[in-house]
Amino acid sequence: MKQYDIAIIGAGPAGLAAAAAAYDAGAKNIIIIEREDAPGGILNQCIHAGFGLHTFNEELTGPEYAARFIARVKERGIDMLLSTMVLSIARDKTITAMNRTQGVFTIQPKAVVLCMGCRERSRGALNIPGFRPAGIYSAGTAQKLVNIMGYMPGREVVILGSGDIGLIMARRMTLEGAHVKLVAELMPYSGGLKRNIVQCLDDFDIPLMLSHTVVDIHGRERVEGVTIAEVGADLKPIAGTEEYYPCDTLLLSCGLIPENELSRGMGVGIHPVTGGPMVNESLETDIEGVFSAGNALHVHDLVDYVSEEAAAAGRNAAQFALAGNANEVCTQRICIELSGGIRYAVPSAIAPDRIQSSLTIRMRVGSVMKNKRLNVIINGEKIISRPRPVMAPGEMEQVVIMKDMLDKYAKVESILITTEDM
Amino acid sequence: MERKTLTCICCPIGCTIEAELEGNHVLSVRGNSCPRGEKYAKSELSNPVRTLTSTVGLTGSATGAAVAPVRSAREIPKGKMLDCMKELSRVSVAAPVHIGDIALKNAAGTGVDIVITRDMQ
Repeated sequence: MKQYDIAIIGAGPAGLAAAAAAYDAGAKNIIIIEREDAPGGILNQCIHAGFGLHTFNEELTGPEYAARFIARVKERGIDMLLSTMVLSIARDKTITAMNRTQGVFTIQPKAVVLCMGCRERSRGALNIPGFRPAGIYSAGTAQKLVNIMGYMPGREVVILGSGDIGLIMARRMTLEGAHVKLVAELMPYSGGLKRNIVQCLDDFDIPLMLSHTVVDIHGRERVEGVTIAEVGADLKPIAGTEEYYPCDTLLLSCGLIPENELSRGMGVGIHPVTGGPMVNESLETDIEGVFSAGNALHVHDLVDYVSEEAAAAGRNAAQFALAGNANEVCTQRICIELSGGIRYAVPSAIAPDRIQSSLTIRMRVGSVMKNKRLNVIINGEKIISRPRPVMAPGEMEQVVIMKDMLDKYAKVESILITTEDM
Repeated sequence: MERKTLTCICCPIGCTIEAELEGNHVLSVRGNSCPRGEKYAKSELSNPVRTLTSTVGLTGSATGAAVAPVRSAREIPKGKMLDCMKELSRVSVAAPVHIGDIALKNAAGTGVDIVITRDMQ
């Protein structure tokens, strides 16, 4: 059994950033385990531009952004096991994995960083009636077919869901000669970035039908068409508004779910709202020495924040691995309380005395809110109040609490994050 | 005089901007809530540009990959995107390729090259 300081599960943007940061923090004996045959994760199929504006101050494509982090990992000589599937992780962090050359084998790291990313919500989870004909794909699957394998999944396309991947694929399929008839969105607002609505839909005159959904899929062998209906405020279809659209392909872009089979298997507590592990100020799960970052922790909209978060998780994992198990025991733990329409915050509970220089809290709101202030209230005292002209579920919010803000209090009794009218 | 309506993409507010223009010259901009909106509307209406990304055929790849991702080295006029795609559909490159390699010179007469965006063996 091989011994490592840190094992990182997944070589996407989170895993790569975590590995480089952990190395720089002093942990030299690191292994990254990746099931695909190349590092980079989902960035490899995200060939569009728009990545890295925050990190590199320039607009990179997905593969270009990945290449910069792959280079950092290679420069540091960090081990990477590709085409290797992690089967399970035991509570004592023993990793069982397999690949074609080594068969089934185990690895014993001192710390683990869970960076498995996320998966798309599938048709089965959407409960759309109809047969199971060919021609129904998740937007990400279509993206892989077109951008990695060079196949066109169809010609006459309807897209359900206006998440960013759906919008990006509307443009991509159009550029490759398909006819994208419409994008239907259940909610009265789009889940995607404004920029993508303008540059992926408006540029090509593709209609975005808000408050509409697919209520039936026609065709037995191949998709022949879909029935689209308007939905009311209760998100239920309104009788009499059904309209038939012939098409041969239906793409689904209806949300992403953190991938945490391994985390669950080892007994990590999962947050009911994010679908990712519950973590503390160090991005450590409820199993000591097991950390998480990126889309496995909670779904992000910008990769720059994934890299930033994962680097923090990597540094914390290094600190844990190097200190042995003699990590100082935290004296106090507080849950971060939420109100005013905030759906979740990561981390969800913190130990104030373990915060090093600052604490970044990332969160999402549940609906579109205008002219609000985002407030952080410690022991009943408002310490941060930031004007937010618009907050939307599709755009992650964050606040940074500096350590000296917390040090003012002899004892931090409560932390509340809330919104108020401007 | 012509009137055009567009959505600002500078921030999540997404102001609906109404502009009056004479040919390519923007006379007035209304509906924006900050100066960035005016700047965006003026450049978008006088000379809309986009970064084009796509794939080209790849031959002889050791990993069996059939396509390689590409981008326009700079932004190109929005109206030239489909012309560039037509030219790109006939382009094929031989592995190995590296980030920044030119896949197509002066795409559709824009003066902009199309370059590879991923190292592929």
